[in-house]
Amino acid sequence: MSLLDVVDLGIRYAEAEAVSGVSLSVDAGESVGLVGESGSGKTQTALAIMGLLPDKAEISGSIRFDGSEIIGANERQLDRLRAERIGMVFQDPMQALNPYVPIGQQLRRILLRHGINDGREADQRVMHMLDRVGLADPARQFRAYAHQLSGGMRQRVMIASALIAEPDLLIADEPTTALDVTVQAQILDLLERIREDTALLLITHDLGIIAGHCERLVVIEKGRLVEEGPTRKLFSEPQAEHTRKLIDAAPRLDGATPAPPEAGDILLDAEEVSVSYEEREGRQQLHAVQDLGLQLTAGETVAVVGESGSGKSSFVRAVLGLIPMRAGRVTFLGQQLAGPVKARAIEARRDLQLVFQDPAGSLNPQLRVERIVAEPLTVHAPELDAKTRRERVIAALQRVGLDESLLGRFPHQLSGGQAQRVAIARALIVNPRVLVCDEAVAALDGSVRRQILELLRREQESTGLAIVFISHDLAVVRSISHRVMVLYLGRLVELAGGASLFGHPRHPYTRALLDAVPVPDPVSPGGKLSLGGEMPSIISPPKGCAFHPRCRYANERCRVELPRARLVGNTQVACHRAEELEL
Amino acid sequence: MVSGGILCGIALVALVGPWLSPNEYLAADFDNILRAPTVSEAHVFGTDHLGRDLFVRTMMGVQVTFVVAIVASVVSLVIGVLYGATAGFVGGRVDAVMMRLVDTLYATPFIFFVILLLVVFERNFLLIFVAIGAINWLDMARIVRGQTLSLREREFVQAAELIGVSAPRIIFRHIAPNLIGIVIVYVTLTIPQAILIESFLSFLGLGVQEPQTSLGKLVNDGIDQMGGASWMLLIPATLLAAILLCFNFLGDGMRDLFDSRQSR
Repeated sequence: MSLLDVVDLGIRYAEAEAVSGVSLSVDAGESVGLVGESGSGKTQTALAIMGLLPDKAEISGSIRFDGSEIIGANERQLDRLRAERIGMVFQDPMQALNPYVPIGQQLRRILLRHGINDGREADQRVMHMLDRVGLADPARQFRAYAHQLSGGMRQRVMIASALIAEPDLLIADEPTTALDVTVQAQILDLLERIREDTALLLITHDLGIIAGHCERLVVIEKGRLVEEGPTRKLFSEPQAEHTRKLIDAAPRLDGATPAPPEAGDILLDAEEVSVSYEEREGRQQLHAVQDLGLQLTAGETVAVVGESGSGKSSFVRAVLGLIPMRAGRVTFLGQQLAGPVKARAIEARRDLQLVFQDPAGSLNPQLRVERIVAEPLTVHAPELDAKTRRERVIAALQRVGLDESLLGRFPHQLSGGQAQRVAIARALIVNPRVLVCDEAVAALDGSVRRQILELLRREQESTGLAIVFISHDLAVVRSISHRVMVLYLGRLVELAGGASLFGHPRHPYTRALLDAVPVPDPVSPGGKLSLGGEMPSIISPPKGCAFHPRCRYANERCRVELPRARLVGNTQVACHRAEELEL
Repeated sequence: MVSGGILCGIALVALVGPWLSPNEYLAADFDNILRAPTVSEAHVFGTDHLGRDLFVRTMMGVQVTFVVAIVASVVSLVIGVLYGATAGFVGGRVDAVMMRLVDTLYATPFIFFVILLLVVFERNFLLIFVAIGAINWLDMARIVRGQTLSLREREFVQAAELIGVSAPRIIFRHIAPNLIGIVIVYVTLTIPQAILIESFLSFLGLGVQEPQTSLGKLVNDGIDQMGGASWMLLIPATLLAAILLCFNFLGDGMRDLFDSRQSR
């Protein structure tokens, strides 16, 4: 008998069926992956196992944990089960931790429920647990509050709190989705290590994560079971169409990068851009971006890549004029763009457009799709009459693969992918020369992400659009980037053509980012942990090369002297040892 | 939404009632002083110490109360939204100065302010509206300013700036529509506040003047006769409480409506 047996699970809400006929089992000590796109019912399934579904959900079928039925169990039984047998890790650790109670106290409270009343013993067990999940200096973290920890550290605390009761089963619901790639690799590595004692049910939309960390896979689509089986077999011979689609949609590091476009005119030229924020009312300067430059030619895509806090968003926003620059010079087709975007000429504003990460936030919730997409026309082509304008809007929607039935919808009536297409349609309707995408596909499912990237590439081929694509994930940008620019703590680390950056990275940080990418291939799954620690605070950056505390090749010189970006081969790289290192 | 229905009902009766009743608003019926409510003699709510019909007087009181409530809310709405949105959108030093002014007004004791006004300008129906509106717009301005500040940072406003939409257009097309929800909710919640302040002023004798009346004034008259003619206190007081409750429920209902629309 398995540890967890879910048979023919169905979850209904008043009008909608969330899950139907899902069966899965987890044996003691086994790791099982539950894979599906957003809205497929994977989180609902997890909540049902924990007995956490709201009362209005109608549940059918059976969920047996170690022989006892969970559906219909009373609150007391469920409480015991959750406290002692099943642990859960949520996607967003900030929301799952109490901001007013120190981390150590929160973990101690869990132990108290287990009858450990001796304060010293409880403290020791908490420290031991914090140490086990890889938090340096547990004694200090014991007294820390959630907001004082980084995202990765918080997720470690969450895992510690789920494990401290020594459960038999750990359910992790998208545990790394909110984290940077390098931190993701660390958390996955941690989950791998703790698996000696507990079974793991890993819920995710990312097949790359699953490939290296789960023995068995269960694929669901729209609340229904699609396929299940051993990971290797599912990857090598997927039976269901949907499984194949998921595998194809996962970003990979192999395959071709696009050939560089013919050398065109330089459209956008940013030189030595620096951005600073004032902290604590001017007493502290925070240098978010320092001396960054970028030349963009027509028909070219440049990816700007780095972990969160690397300054990638600040850089492009300063170039666009959304935030003030401390120093630097930006020209567009030879004309200088100065000052905030509000002060720039209307014509200049037409040629540079931005697509935001969160499509829901970048569309006015009170306006219908038609008016949202038409807005740039009312500014840049006020002479159009209502009929022509409407035709142009419909044409723009068709360009991004939407049809006119959406014209009357409000943004909240759109799916994530549709909303992002509307945002792109709004940006493209005035035919800009440069499109900046700020993590524009990070919040989307794999298959939708691929469609959007494909759409951008088509658009570029037909109109010669230049694209600046910001992402924290190298695998995502691989298929569309002609050049890639890697940032670390506001400075350029490496800038090279796609093929050479992915093939021969010159900087240890680029190498580490590449290694950290989980690849959907169970034989060589990637996601290697070649980078420990986390990005240092930008308020007090390390002396010398900012990367040296995490760099395994660092020597004396790296600790004292700031490396300047220079040309090595065809790569611009900021590393003292770029020539000698074989990465 | 039941509250909305009840409110409409009360308003309708208050408008039509005095026409239908055989009794005059001011006519004193000295044969029927302090009559308990009876249906047969057409004094449905009884009469007061001057023999005036209470039903008609109460309905006139409700009319005055509604007028005060609506005018005061509109005054606070117009001043509050314009002031708050300007402060929030312009920001910086202008914002700081404007909001410190609000703080200063907040710190002024309201009752002294009203008494002062009434002493200087003598009693005036209009003055009560002004006084009440002048109090309520402070809250409205603060709320609208806060909302505008957070809307300004939203990505769709940045997107509009990038497109080249002009500042007034951003305020009217992008910021104002997103303010409407919270403003409507807040207005429905200021109405009972205005009614309460008016009743309170009338109760103190600072409000509307005889022979005009309002619910607060009726309650005040009722207290004098509380021992012998309890209906004079109970009827207007109950009506006042019912109106206040209805407006509060309506406000809550509005908030739920707009919240759900914005989040989902």
